[in-house]
Amino acid sequence: MAIVALFLRDLRLVWRRPGDVAVVLAFFVIATVLFPLGIGPEANLLARIAAGVLWAAALFASMLSLDRLFAADYEDGALDLLLLAPWPLELAALAKCAAHWVVTGLPLAVLAPLIGLAFGLDDRSLAVLALTLLVGTPALSLIGGLAAALTLGARRSGALLALLALPLCVPTLIFGASAIEATATGESFVVHVAILGALALVALATLPWAIAAALRQAGE
Amino acid sequence: MAALHFFANPARFRRFSQRVLPALWVVTALALTIGLYWGLVIAPPDYQQGDTVRIMFLHVPTASLSMAGYLLLAALGASLLVWRHPLAGLMARAAAPVGATYAAVCLITGSLWGRPMWGTYWVWDARLTSFLLLFFLYLGHIALSRAYDDSERGDRAAAILAVVGAINVPIIKFSVDWWNTLHQPESIMRLGGPAIDPSLLWPLLWMMGAMALLFVALVLLRTETEIDRRRLEIAENQD
Repeated sequence: MAIVALFLRDLRLVWRRPGDVAVVLAFFVIATVLFPLGIGPEANLLARIAAGVLWAAALFASMLSLDRLFAADYEDGALDLLLLAPWPLELAALAKCAAHWVVTGLPLAVLAPLIGLAFGLDDRSLAVLALTLLVGTPALSLIGGLAAALTLGARRSGALLALLALPLCVPTLIFGASAIEATATGESFVVHVAILGALALVALATLPWAIAAALRQAGE
Repeated sequence: MAALHFFANPARFRRFSQRVLPALWVVTALALTIGLYWGLVIAPPDYQQGDTVRIMFLHVPTASLSMAGYLLLAALGASLLVWRHPLAGLMARAAAPVGATYAAVCLITGSLWGRPMWGTYWVWDARLTSFLLLFFLYLGHIALSRAYDDSERGDRAAAILAVVGAINVPIIKFSVDWWNTLHQPESIMRLGGPAIDPSLLWPLLWMMGAMALLFVALVLLRTETEIDRRRLEIAENQD
């Protein structure tokens, strides 16, 4: 129950400063809008690159919001209390990543189809885009959570966080984008989404332990 | 296991490595000279690829050794996290730039080989892309281990990263088998024996050994330097 309380606390903290989430979503929109502006408004080309652009932008947006994930708790001492708490630190790490997913992954999955519409994706591709983001973003939140925990108290932690997390996020990006690609060419997207789900489950099964280990050594 | 505990004392390790290194440098230089002469002069040009096949003598050893190097980082990371082995962090810090350099040499020689063979310096093929990621994983490890004012903190953070990042190594290893792309399939370590002519295989295996010796020598030398640097750091903090 304490874990649920931690999860709700994180959500409430975000709720009181909605600007933090708005900035991340605004970044996502602006980053995606740059592509038609830079490449030109040719509809076929835009529809072809939409999947990759939206996924890569979602990746960057979720990186952007991660550097505060544990930093605030680290600075004000709440992390020390989490370390001393009688329940497993792994669950606390999971709760915080889950809260991060609810305030970034979920809104991104809702917002992305709107942008996809502007890129000229068809209805089926839009639905698959939302599905891949729903299935894939939990993995991004967990991988990013590990990078955020590892860089606590480091110099230039923001840039370092991206350097650590992005290579580990590449499989998620590849299978997320290829599911939409497959839909566009009339193939089945199920295999790609299944692999994406497998990646998310592997992240779920392993990374909370790695994050907890990183938090413990940050607390020492 | 016994060796693991024997070297738990950095001073003891330093005495050992100072005794071994001079001999190791001589053997390494000899092995590299023989290997390079064998590969670049004696070995016959390939019937298909001509003289460009000689790039292989640098490309293949650096490829295997940079992957093995990342596994070494993961093993050192695990022994730092599990047994708090005092030398593991120092050695990981010494090994990461060597591994990154091998990965870079592998990428560069690969693209120089790709130009005459495939007509392009770079393609987004599974093996090449995953190798580029390995290079970035090395860079992340190097940057993270040096991002803290407290070196030991950096060593432990990098250790966790190395253990998690090791997942990528089998993906690189098998990417050629899983995705059928431009890169040729595995030709040395495969069932049914190597699919490569002995006149090229032997110098290649020799070069693998020579480059492995160079890797070990560089890591030992850098570990010694790292021990000295850590002592200086401690001395500075005591003032």
